[in-house]
Amino acid sequence: MPVQTVAPRIEVRASAPVQTSSKAKVAVRNLDFFYGRVQALHGISLDIPERIVMAFIGPSGCGKSTFLRTLNRMNDVIPATRVGGEVLIDDHDIYAPGTDVVELRRRVGMVFQKSNPFPKSIFDNVAYGLKINRVTSSGSELEGRVEQALKDAALWNEVKDRLKTSALSLSGGQQQRLCIARALAIRPEVLLMDEPASALDPIATSKIEELIFDLKKQYTIVIVTHNMQQAARVSDRTAFFLLGKLIEVNATEKMFTAPNEKLTEDYITGRFG
Amino acid sequence: MARNFDRMRRANSGFMTTLTALCTLLAVGALLIILAHIAWQGIGALNWQFLTDRPRPVGEGGGIGNAIVGSLLLLLISSVIGLPLGICVGVYLSEIGKGGFGGAVRFIVDTLTGIPSIVTGVFVYAIIVVPTKHFSALAGGLALALIMIPIVARTTEEMLKLVPHSLREGALALGAPQWRVILGVVIPAAAPGIATGAMLAIARVSGETAPLLFTAFGSRFFPESLNEPIASLTVQIYNYAISPYDEWHAQAWAATLVLMTLVLGINIIVRFLTRKRF
Repeated sequence: MPVQTVAPRIEVRASAPVQTSSKAKVAVRNLDFFYGRVQALHGISLDIPERIVMAFIGPSGCGKSTFLRTLNRMNDVIPATRVGGEVLIDDHDIYAPGTDVVELRRRVGMVFQKSNPFPKSIFDNVAYGLKINRVTSSGSELEGRVEQALKDAALWNEVKDRLKTSALSLSGGQQQRLCIARALAIRPEVLLMDEPASALDPIATSKIEELIFDLKKQYTIVIVTHNMQQAARVSDRTAFFLLGKLIEVNATEKMFTAPNEKLTEDYITGRFG
Repeated sequence: MARNFDRMRRANSGFMTTLTALCTLLAVGALLIILAHIAWQGIGALNWQFLTDRPRPVGEGGGIGNAIVGSLLLLLISSVIGLPLGICVGVYLSEIGKGGFGGAVRFIVDTLTGIPSIVTGVFVYAIIVVPTKHFSALAGGLALALIMIPIVARTTEEMLKLVPHSLREGALALGAPQWRVILGVVIPAAAPGIATGAMLAIARVSGETAPLLFTAFGSRFFPESLNEPIASLTVQIYNYAISPYDEWHAQAWAATLVLMTLVLGINIIVRFLTRKRF
C-alpha cells in the first residue's frame, strides 16, 4: 500500500510559525517576584519566540499582569518590590546591574489595560515617544512616522482630519488604538499588552484583535487576557498561570483542545476561575 | 412600616439639603456683605488722581499710585522667588521624596504654613534688614515669598498626586526618563491646579501687612530702586485706617477696594493663561 498522508486531528492555523525553529526573543529563567514579603511569582521559566503572539491566561490575581510587567521592568516604579532570576531579551539579562531601563522600555513597548492618552493633541500623543527619544529632528519625518503609526494602529482614517484636537475627545476604543499607535511609533521589538480590550465593546475589541494579528508580522507580542476566546483567536502560543506559578505553556491550538495539564483543562472548561 | 421609614428618609434628606444650603448661604452671604460694604465705602474716594498720585498731606488729596506700583512689585518679587521654589518642593514631595526624608520635609512645610506671618517679618528683619541697615523692597518680597513657599508646595503636591498613575506609566513605557515624564506629562496635566495653588498663595500674601511693616516698611514716594523702602497697599491702608482723619479713612476704604480688584484681576488673568486646552 502506498504511503498515505494522515490528516492531523487538530488543524493548525497556516500562519502559525513553527515553534521549534524560532529563536527565543525573550527567555525567562526561574523568575521570582515579591511585593514586599508576598511572593507573587514562583520560579517562572518561559521562552517567547520572535514574531509570534503569546497569550497569558489565568484567573484574577494569578500573576499574569505582574509577570508581563517584569518584561519591561515596569514593576520598578512600585515601591518595595523584588525580583529574582533572569529575564533575557536577545540573550541579555535585563535585570543585570547597569541595564539602562529607559533604553529597555524603548525596545519593549507596552499598552495598558485602561487607555491612558496624555492630555495633549492626538498628534502630540503619538509624537511623544519620538520626541523624547530624539528619533528625528525633521518635522516632515516626524509627521510621516506619526502617520505610519496611526495607520499601523488602524486609526488614521478616523483621525487624519483632526490631529490637533485633544486625544481625550476620542472614544474609548479609539483612545486604546491611539495608545497602541503611540507605542508602535518608536518601533519597539516587543509589544506588551495588558488586557488591551477588556474595557472595550465587541466592535472595538475585534478591531484591536485584527490589529494584533497584523502586527505580529513585525513585532513580538505578549498579551494578557481574561478572555479565553480572545486568547484562542489571536495567539500562537498560550501560557496558563495559576497562583503565581506557570502551569503550562503550549501551542494555542493544543492548549485549547488537548492541554497537557489537568489544571489547564479545568480552567479552560470553566470548572474554576 | 416601610412607608413610615421612607417618609423619615425623605424628611431627613430634605432637612440635610436645607442645612447645607443654609450654611453655604451664610458663608457666601458674609463674603458678599463684606465686598458690598467695601465697594460702597470705597467708591466715593475713587478717582483718577487717587489711582495715580502719591500720598499728600491731609486736605491736599493725594493718592495711592505709589502703593499700587509698590504692591505689584512686591508681589512680583515674591512670586519670582516663591513660586518656582514652592513648585519644586511640591514636585519633590509628590514625585521623588517618598521615603523618610520626604515625610520630614512634608512635616516642616506643614509647620511653616502655620507660622504667624509677623514672625516671618521679624525673621527677615533680623537676617536682611539689620545687617544691611535699611528697609527694602527686596526684604519685603522675600518675607512674602517665605509665606508663599509652603502654600504653593503643598497645593502643588496635592495637584500632582491627582494626576493618574497610569499617565506616568504610559510615558515611562515609551522610554521617557523620569524628569521628562514629570516636565512633559505630569506637570502639564496638573497645570490648572498648580496655577490655582499659586493664585491662592498670591492672594494670601497680597493681603499681608505685618511682615511688610518690618521689611518693606512703606514710603510716601514712587519706588526708584528695589533696595529702598517701598510703599504697599496693605501698609498704606493700615496707616490711613489708624489715622484720625476722615479723608484718610475714606482713602483707606478706596485703597481696600483697589487691592481687592487687583487680586481679582490677577486671578482672572492667571486662570485665562492656564485654562484647560485639552
